[in-house]
Amino acid sequence: MKKTRVLQAALITCSLVFSAASHAGGASGAMLGNTCAGCHGTNGVSNGPAAPTIAGIDYDYMVEAMEEFKAGERNATIMTRIAKGYTDAEIEAMSEFFAGKKYVKAMQKYDAAAAKRGAKLHKKYCKNCHGDTGISTDKDDDSGVLGGQWKPYLNYTFADLKDGKRSMGKKMKKKMKNLQKAKGDAGVADLIEYYASQQ
Amino acid sequence: MSDFTRRKFLKAGIATAIAGASATYGGFVIGGASKKVVVVGGGIAGATAAKYIRMMDSSIDVTVIEANKDYYTCFMSNEVLSGERTLDSIKFGYSGLGKHGVNVVHDTVTGIDANKRVVKTAGGDSFKYDRCIVAPGIDFKWETIGGYDAKVAEGTPHAWKAGPQTATLRKQLEGMRDGGTFVIAPPPNPFRCPPGPYERVAQIAHYFQNNKPKSSILILDPKKKFSKFGLFKAGWKKHYGYNPDNPTGPGMIKWINSEAGGTVSSYDARSKTLTAKAGKFKGDVVNIIPAQKAGKIAFTAGLTNDKGWCPINGKTFESTIHKNIHVVGDACIAKPLPKSGYAANSEAKVCAAAVVALLQGEGAPTPSYVNTCYSIIAPGDGISVAMVYAYDEGAGKIIKVKGSGGLTPGKFDPVMREREQQYAYSWFNNITSDVFK
Repeated sequence: MKKTRVLQAALITCSLVFSAASHAGGASGAMLGNTCAGCHGTNGVSNGPAAPTIAGIDYDYMVEAMEEFKAGERNATIMTRIAKGYTDAEIEAMSEFFAGKKYVKAMQKYDAAAAKRGAKLHKKYCKNCHGDTGISTDKDDDSGVLGGQWKPYLNYTFADLKDGKRSMGKKMKKKMKNLQKAKGDAGVADLIEYYASQQ
Repeated sequence: MSDFTRRKFLKAGIATAIAGASATYGGFVIGGASKKVVVVGGGIAGATAAKYIRMMDSSIDVTVIEANKDYYTCFMSNEVLSGERTLDSIKFGYSGLGKHGVNVVHDTVTGIDANKRVVKTAGGDSFKYDRCIVAPGIDFKWETIGGYDAKVAEGTPHAWKAGPQTATLRKQLEGMRDGGTFVIAPPPNPFRCPPGPYERVAQIAHYFQNNKPKSSILILDPKKKFSKFGLFKAGWKKHYGYNPDNPTGPGMIKWINSEAGGTVSSYDARSKTLTAKAGKFKGDVVNIIPAQKAGKIAFTAGLTNDKGWCPINGKTFESTIHKNIHVVGDACIAKPLPKSGYAANSEAKVCAAAVVALLQGEGAPTPSYVNTCYSIIAPGDGISVAMVYAYDEGAGKIIKVKGSGGLTPGKFDPVMREREQQYAYSWFNNITSDVFK
């Protein structure tokens, strides 16, 4: 047991040195992050209508998303082309940058009645990993921000999930399947209205 | 676990770096007044540089000198021509820069003394600087088309600097009879916004289709090909009528390229007739976009090369001709970055970071640049080109990051094209806010 810990500590130290060294002389997280502002807004706070806010994004979530874009595993218009321009160290540095920025919810129109129905669905199917209002405060969730995200982006995301153009964990797959079975596309639409109502 | 620890480690590193910087900066405070940056020109590049310098180091005194009270973005101005948006929607003021503590002076710069580090204005003021950022945008090589000059352009607009010129062209299109011909003469390379003329063709075709369906568009081009070549040709064909195999054949859009004699040599404003090798062409509405060079002040300040553009160091955007003067945006030679709004915004941030570091007595940081250009061919049909760029320290130049970027796939996917249009609008909202708010 003790031995394992020592080994773990040694490994961590190694990876620290390696990761710092591999990015030494590279562009900083701020330098990299600033290039994203043209489409995602200053510090990643998007003014919409569709490009998602990435300020305050979960670090692990963003690294994974960028790696998936890079590998062409996540459906996208332009991000699959852009993500190929960055090394793993650069992706980590820019994810660090955006994870440290303050999330700002989008001000947008929503259907109040649908949002009310969506709130119940969120509680039942999504809350465990996406937090009480679609914004998880638990870093271990590694989940995307839904509450207050731009509606067209949420629409694209749910459409891609349904079409299998975007990967899901086992648990999420099951929840989504159950939601579809119980409420269908209308349920998803209500859910999106709920997230849009978080302002 | 390891991620978390590493994150902490990185944060500690950043904190140390900040402490180091402020210690160095402390030296300046004791030494005297705050450092001064004067930005000449408040377009996309100039305004971005000013705002980001203040965001990076609020102790630096930043002044923007800009002749106009408002800025009209060239990007999305083609949608004003088609009536899809208002001129007001592409108009931006300078109060946002004020909120970042940038001094904005509305005056025209008449000279820059690189030795004394002073900027002089038509209003008779002098501004001292430690570092100057010149962002004058483009000017036209009026001498390249006989009979077409700044005066004639009031009636036959170029509309390549948005604003009153855009309004004039829109008015002429609205006044045109159904069945009329719109003639557009795009410029030779290099020029501001490489896909712009061809998006303009698509937007005006969209307007004609809904309002004047018997009308046609003739492109007289001094080039063999252009940006997003395949995507535009396919888009014109799909939505408006264009035959790639017979570009002057039936269809709303006709294209005469340089090989077919499309290069315009002269223009007769009275009869609205353009002369090219291929013949004489009369238009009901004519749009001539002349060959381009760096904005006037770049020449006055001696920042240009024999081709009329400003050579710079790609890591700092400092002029290779005059020390302590940086040139950003369309006026500088930042190849392989294109002369686009996104590139200007990206260059300005690299320049801002370099200027801040240099004023703090540090070396310029490692740059990273991005370009993304959206074009809207028709409602629901957006296309894009993107690229990530890096600085090659050994070669001393900006390079494309291998494997990155590229075009919207050629195969038409309505779902993804619709998304691209929405992302184009998002880009417009976000870049303008990043520059002016």
